[in-house]
Amino acid sequence: MPTTITMPQLGETVTEGTVAQWLKKPGDNVEKYESFVEVSTDKVNAEVPSPVTGRLSQLLVKEGETVATGTPIAIIDEGEALTEGSAPEQAHPQPEAPPSPPPQATVEHPQTTAASAGNGAAYVRDGAAALRGASPAVRRLAREHHIDITTLRGSGQNGRVTVDDVMAAARMGPAAAVGQAVAASVTPAQVPPPQAPPAQAPAAAQAPTHPPTTETSTYAAPIPGTIVPLNQARRIIAQRMVESKHNAPHAWSMVEVDVTNLWKWRQREKEAFQRAHGYSLTLLPFFIRAVVESIADFPLMNARFTDEGIYVHPDVNIGIAIGLPTNLVVPVIKHADKLSIRGLAIVAGQLIEKARNNKLNVDDLGGGTFTVNNNGANGSYASAPIINGGQAGIVTMEAVVRKPVVLENDAIAIRSMMNCCLSLDHRVVDGYVASGYLADLKKRLEGMGPDGSL
Amino acid sequence: MAIAAPSKVMTNVEAVRATLYDALKRDDRVLILGEDVGNRGNVFLITKGFIEEFGAERVIDTPIAEASIVGVAVGMAMEGLRPIAEIQFADFIYPAFNQIVGEAAKIRYRSNGEYTCPMVIRTPYGGGVRGALSHSISVEALFYHVPGLKIVAPSTPRDIKGLLNTAIEDPDPVMFLEHKRTYRLIKDEVPDEYFTIPLGKANVLKEGSALTVVSYGLNAHQALEAAQRLEGEGLSVEVIDLRSIRPMDRKAILDSLRKTHKLLVIHEDNKFGGIGAEISAMVAEEALFELDAPIRRLCGPDVPAMGYALPLEEEFMISTDRMAEVMREMVKY
Repeated sequence: MPTTITMPQLGETVTEGTVAQWLKKPGDNVEKYESFVEVSTDKVNAEVPSPVTGRLSQLLVKEGETVATGTPIAIIDEGEALTEGSAPEQAHPQPEAPPSPPPQATVEHPQTTAASAGNGAAYVRDGAAALRGASPAVRRLAREHHIDITTLRGSGQNGRVTVDDVMAAARMGPAAAVGQAVAASVTPAQVPPPQAPPAQAPAAAQAPTHPPTTETSTYAAPIPGTIVPLNQARRIIAQRMVESKHNAPHAWSMVEVDVTNLWKWRQREKEAFQRAHGYSLTLLPFFIRAVVESIADFPLMNARFTDEGIYVHPDVNIGIAIGLPTNLVVPVIKHADKLSIRGLAIVAGQLIEKARNNKLNVDDLGGGTFTVNNNGANGSYASAPIINGGQAGIVTMEAVVRKPVVLENDAIAIRSMMNCCLSLDHRVVDGYVASGYLADLKKRLEGMGPDGSL
Repeated sequence: MAIAAPSKVMTNVEAVRATLYDALKRDDRVLILGEDVGNRGNVFLITKGFIEEFGAERVIDTPIAEASIVGVAVGMAMEGLRPIAEIQFADFIYPAFNQIVGEAAKIRYRSNGEYTCPMVIRTPYGGGVRGALSHSISVEALFYHVPGLKIVAPSTPRDIKGLLNTAIEDPDPVMFLEHKRTYRLIKDEVPDEYFTIPLGKANVLKEGSALTVVSYGLNAHQALEAAQRLEGEGLSVEVIDLRSIRPMDRKAILDSLRKTHKLLVIHEDNKFGGIGAEISAMVAEEALFELDAPIRRLCGPDVPAMGYALPLEEEFMISTDRMAEVMREMVKY
């Protein structure tokens, strides 16, 4: 029985995904729960497990192609072992397939429907079909428990989402429901073509202003005069940046911080820390410690603007911006205010390692309430960061520069100086609060070291 | 510790006989009329010996004329007697249709409550006994559309006694349908003492969590057996014996559905416009958002009659295997 696999929704706000890599070829046998495709979505790469055991018969989406969540991406013939001579169907959509008619609300005789669906049609589940196939009780309970049916793995016939599935998801809570999100079910319907037939999509006519290319222009190797296709992360970054700049009136301020003593402290601890934990000890955890201590005194910096009012977050979750060759990721240190400098260093080390290995998951990326950007590694002296949407501010650590400084006693000394730049959502706080916060942060950083314990 | 009330094990047909006998003994207003109920003692020997004990005025042999059996009973009832009219086989009830639907059901309404029609129309119905064209039919759907009629279709000896007692006491006409295949098939304890079971109360034969099965008559026994088989497979099915078709125990159905979210109705009577149609519509109106699967009906086929040939009869009757199969599909749906 063919089961159609759809693009999973790997996060509550995720609306589309890119097939990064097919881990199985058409014709390969797939075990239930075995990963068969790698999907990249909004900053996350995830391997998607198969909901059924069977033979992968069709790939409906090419590698690199981005489709909406719920779109069919593959068909697995459930329970069908690979037999000789049964060549897998080619991985092509059927252009002659008409748009899917509304499936019958009832599946009184599944055997019959399966048989009659044999001619070019197949069991399909896309997001819309999942909804159409959802029983009234499932819809009601999903609505009552704020659960997105299309994110659930169905345990019913042909992967149908049942009342029990919804109740189980409700008991786990919304986050868990998303975590196990692998939509995989089946509703009798025709296969909607993943791409419109050529006649209906005059693609050439739509892009006349750009010269045709034969080579692929990529972000890593852009070819002048060509279009670099937007991958999912780039698309989302673009969207988020525009939204943040559009919604939050940014204001900017900077303080210069004497980190001489902090630097000494860090130099002293560095090697032992590396030996003990395997991560290098940077200024970042010290800085985050100071940031969260200042937030305790300036809770409005840990807030978001809403039409109803300013929501002050109960938790302090610090996003750390990490630049990768292709895109930026901002994993989040949850409850950063509850961690010591050592704890912050370890968690940050783990997240950075995951980011570089492309192993961040949805949980790593969600829930940030304030963001720290360690911008100085390449010598940046000042920057004007864009606020992570839904937060009140973002603060940067610029390059630590040794330079002559006039001390309080009018002496001139060589000190290690670092600029901290703050972008703030002016709807949430004004300069008074923001500058108070920056001054507090400066005082704390300058008070750190040369002695102390992590 | 309570002392168990004295009881006897009896079959369905023995329960009918015992209850009728007690009624004749207990209440002078009660009388029985029908074809062969007197000297022949009824074709199933239900009234054997009654005419000798109670006399030809209370156990009345009638001509083969169903319209007059019911029509005479209507007159008796309006004048204060408690007639129990017997239609020998439900298949023969059509000539009495006017007397039942046009007269008995409407007496209270047309007389503005001045007259009532406290009568019982007993009749054996249903197939599975090689009864062929004219000894197999189910008639409940022909009458359940009619306001003013009550319809009972008990499945066990105990329910037969309790419900027949209630039907006799009821101030309005009650149709009492006895599935003839259960007559000697079903055997159970029946308390000796007089008792009644209210009309309109269903009986949960087996509790379950994954599917509600509503049935009555012979099918209720089969549904219970199928559900017990599924229990062995770890599938939990609730079986409700309606007992009373009109008034119908909607609450029992809806309460169960709110627990299981799936509904299967099983009846031997034809599917189109059958009891299952009413239950389905009622559930769609009252509890659509409880449903986690399409309602299914397992019913007799829409053919004019049950064939005599065994394969035709078997095709018409719903097998316990088929019930188990559909239940399994629905639980797993």
